[in-house]
Amino acid sequence: MSENLVEVKDLKMYFPITKGVILQRHVGDVKAVDGVSFNIKRGETLGLVGESGCGKSTTGRAILQLYKPTAGSVLFKGEDLTVMKGEDLRQKRRQMQMIFQDPYASLNPRLTVGNIVGEPLEVHKIGDSKERRERVQELLKLVGLNPYFVNRYPHEFSGGQRQRIGVARALAVNPEFIVADEPISALDVSIQAQIVNLLEELQERLGLTYLFIAHDLSMVRHISDRVAVMYLGKLVELTDHETLYNNPLHPYTQALLSAVPIPDPHIEDKRQRIVLEGDVPSPSNPPKGCNFCTRCPRVMDICKEVEPEWKDMGTVEEDHWVSCHLY
Amino acid sequence: MATLLEVKGLTTQFFTQDGVVHAVNGISYKLNEGETLAIVGESGCGKSVGVMSLIKLIPQPPGKIVAGEVWFDGKNLLEMSDDEIRQIRGNRIAMIFQDPMTSLNPVLTIGRQITEALQLHMGMDGEQSRARAVELLELVGISGAQSRLDNYPHQFSGGMRQRVMIAMGLSCNPQLLIADEPTTALDVTIQAQIVDLVKELKNRIGMAIIWITHDLGVVAGLAERVIVMYAGQIVEEAEVHDLYDNPHHPYTLGLLRSIPRLDLGNNEKLIPIDGLPPDLVDLPKGCPFAARCEFRIERCIAENPPAEYVTSSHRVACWRWEHVIAVQSQAGS
Repeated sequence: MSENLVEVKDLKMYFPITKGVILQRHVGDVKAVDGVSFNIKRGETLGLVGESGCGKSTTGRAILQLYKPTAGSVLFKGEDLTVMKGEDLRQKRRQMQMIFQDPYASLNPRLTVGNIVGEPLEVHKIGDSKERRERVQELLKLVGLNPYFVNRYPHEFSGGQRQRIGVARALAVNPEFIVADEPISALDVSIQAQIVNLLEELQERLGLTYLFIAHDLSMVRHISDRVAVMYLGKLVELTDHETLYNNPLHPYTQALLSAVPIPDPHIEDKRQRIVLEGDVPSPSNPPKGCNFCTRCPRVMDICKEVEPEWKDMGTVEEDHWVSCHLY
Repeated sequence: MATLLEVKGLTTQFFTQDGVVHAVNGISYKLNEGETLAIVGESGCGKSVGVMSLIKLIPQPPGKIVAGEVWFDGKNLLEMSDDEIRQIRGNRIAMIFQDPMTSLNPVLTIGRQITEALQLHMGMDGEQSRARAVELLELVGISGAQSRLDNYPHQFSGGMRQRVMIAMGLSCNPQLLIADEPTTALDVTIQAQIVDLVKELKNRIGMAIIWITHDLGVVAGLAERVIVMYAGQIVEEAEVHDLYDNPHHPYTLGLLRSIPRLDLGNNEKLIPIDGLPPDLVDLPKGCPFAARCEFRIERCIAENPPAEYVTSSHRVACWRWEHVIAVQSQAGS
């Protein structure tokens, strides 16, 4: 087994709810991420899936310390990022970067492509201006863009090309770890495959480690080595991608998989869906016991009282973590 | 089965500062009573503008329906006055939109919004329309319908709001329901709920549906017939099983190959379609897909192929469709 690049332990990220204008009283918390633990191995892609509002993006941002986590620790190469500050943390940021969801909103429209991709180099004071210029052209080539595009502005590019610029910017400082937060969901189907293939090629060439956040389970199965499923701020299941799709244990994972449409009418004609009733409860007031107990088709009495443990049901070779009272 | 809707040579353009945007370029199709037709394509392919034009929901100016006929129940909708078409819209042809968050009025109660159409089109009084609204909400699976009539849209979740939209769409027993990406803004588990609901309602009420989407997965489980659009044109039309088993157009083939499938392993690399869709202001003279097509020959660049029937129910706009099929059967064997 390869070493862990990132170790997340009992990570919590609460956003306070306040009342009053002058004297802001703290009346509750939105528990966006409520105690998640997992490891990311060097060189792998960990997929993080869940529905909107389940806390998957917040988890990604809290790992990179873009939010200050409420509790828990994030070890990057064995060092705890949550206790770091200032210059130490800034140095660490060179090794971990982020690719954002919306390629229309994440590029400054007033900067040229050269400035956008070169900015991380400037911030981290890497090279002189000539070296930076060469590096930017090299990066553009790497992501499949014409290096002569350096003086153009973002509006001159299509969505797929913009996302390539976002990828080039993330790669500028030679990071080891990249959090990709729904990098393809704003793109058209025929363009999505272009970006996914690019991310896979770059991983092979540069030995990158990805945390791939998405809600599209088919794409996550395709790109990930292991997949973590999140529901209402908590992980419900984590295992390698084959096991997750062939032998899902948690009722939520089972329902989620059965809800994904398959582009083949012969299969769709015969498929039995597990259709979940109702909606996701509010993260400011999660149910007692298991978070999924309000919608679970296999709910038992214990589920409404006791929170299930996060336990390993796997074999010696492969982990299979699940939190459910059925097991 | 009787034809409910026939579209002939519909052409819609937008006159903007940058030039004329050729959004829809002469599309023709038929829809039978009680049939589910899916229109598939990527953003900007004209699928939404195409159906909005049917009931004249295009902002004019800058948009303009330049040519075409839309025959519905023996009348050409495009020749109707605004008053006449208002009698059709929401009454005989209903529409549900992509984003349930923005298509409901936030300052009116759900009950007020549902009963409005009933009073306008069905001539019901307050009490009758309220009773019918309760019925409709129950039909779309909203519990406690009586009390929820007095709720505002913000008190409903995304999936529930889409149910309310569907209830409003069904309120006057339409013969045709147009659904413009109704599940795109929803999560997969909620999407499954809505798709199931629409299928069930269709069986019960028997209206025809035009379902617009970019998701080939949803189409597979829902539609009977599929139209694939690219750059404002119909490039392929077929029965749903036929289309997935035997795509004739290189674009359809490309779309099917570029999406990963949940039920298959991930060892194979995805095959993306290279390049970008053409600029709708400056469309190429030949086939709009030619620049991205692996089957391209010189004729494709010079001449735009018309959509022609190759069997009684399958039509394709491609000079090379026989070659596309031959390549697939080679790969399959």
